[in-house]
Amino acid sequence: MNLLFDFTVDKATNTICITREFAADLDLVWEVFTKAEMLDQWMGFKGFRAYTKELDFQEGGRWLHAMITPENVAFWSLAEFIKIDPKSSFTTRNSFCDENGNPSTTNFTSSLTETSFKAGTGITTVQIVKKMESLEQLEKFIANGGFKEGTAAGYANLDKFLLTLVTKTNS
Amino acid sequence: MRRDIFQAIADPTRRAILVLIAVQAMTPNAIAEHFDITRQSISKHLRILSECDLLAHKQEGREIYYELKIDKMKEIDIWLDQFRKIMEEKFQRLDQLLYNLKNKKK
Repeated sequence: MNLLFDFTVDKATNTICITREFAADLDLVWEVFTKAEMLDQWMGFKGFRAYTKELDFQEGGRWLHAMITPENVAFWSLAEFIKIDPKSSFTTRNSFCDENGNPSTTNFTSSLTETSFKAGTGITTVQIVKKMESLEQLEKFIANGGFKEGTAAGYANLDKFLLTLVTKTNS
Repeated sequence: MRRDIFQAIADPTRRAILVLIAVQAMTPNAIAEHFDITRQSISKHLRILSECDLLAHKQEGREIYYELKIDKMKEIDIWLDQFRKIMEEKFQRLDQLLYNLKNKKK
């Protein structure tokens, strides 16, 4: 089956928009995006494991989670649920934190993510609109992370940074 | 002074300037003709773009031409491309999970 995947970026407004179709009913897709035991099964990538410490899916609640490297180093992220419209959409404020959910002292980047769901026939379309408060940290990271030099260390750092950002998308 | 590239694109006039000079190198006067603002404001925007390391200067006779340093913009594209690939990989895992869940329920 050919499932739509659309990824667009509006640099002027710091917004990334991702649209993806999934071959399942709305109920099931909603579940895999909102339940810890489901999220942890698919959020990992490239050998990194997703781990949820807390997930309180209600307005005012939070999702404290980490990406864990094969060496067992954890990168923590926090998603605070601002608005939930059941089986339709939810909005989170995403930031970096420590294992207890205290804000990161080194990375203040935050973003606002709205994930919305549209039911089709045997297909559910999910749209993720991620508005970064500031892309400055990102640019600084690219400048400082050895990215230009293309060193292995630089790429490893980039991967780590991507991890924390990716966990912020709630996808 | 070293500025952040995102300060450059935060302003609509500066975005319009970037679009103009991406097509061809232009003098400050030629750039100013496209806008309904003072020459001083244009100079200010050009200075900021220059501090963001987005402008290349080219002297031709008595005129200075500005053009866009495209490499700088590409760094962001490279990062976004990696991000896109990671999302693709995660979604493929999710496809598999959904497939397994559906089969279990049957």
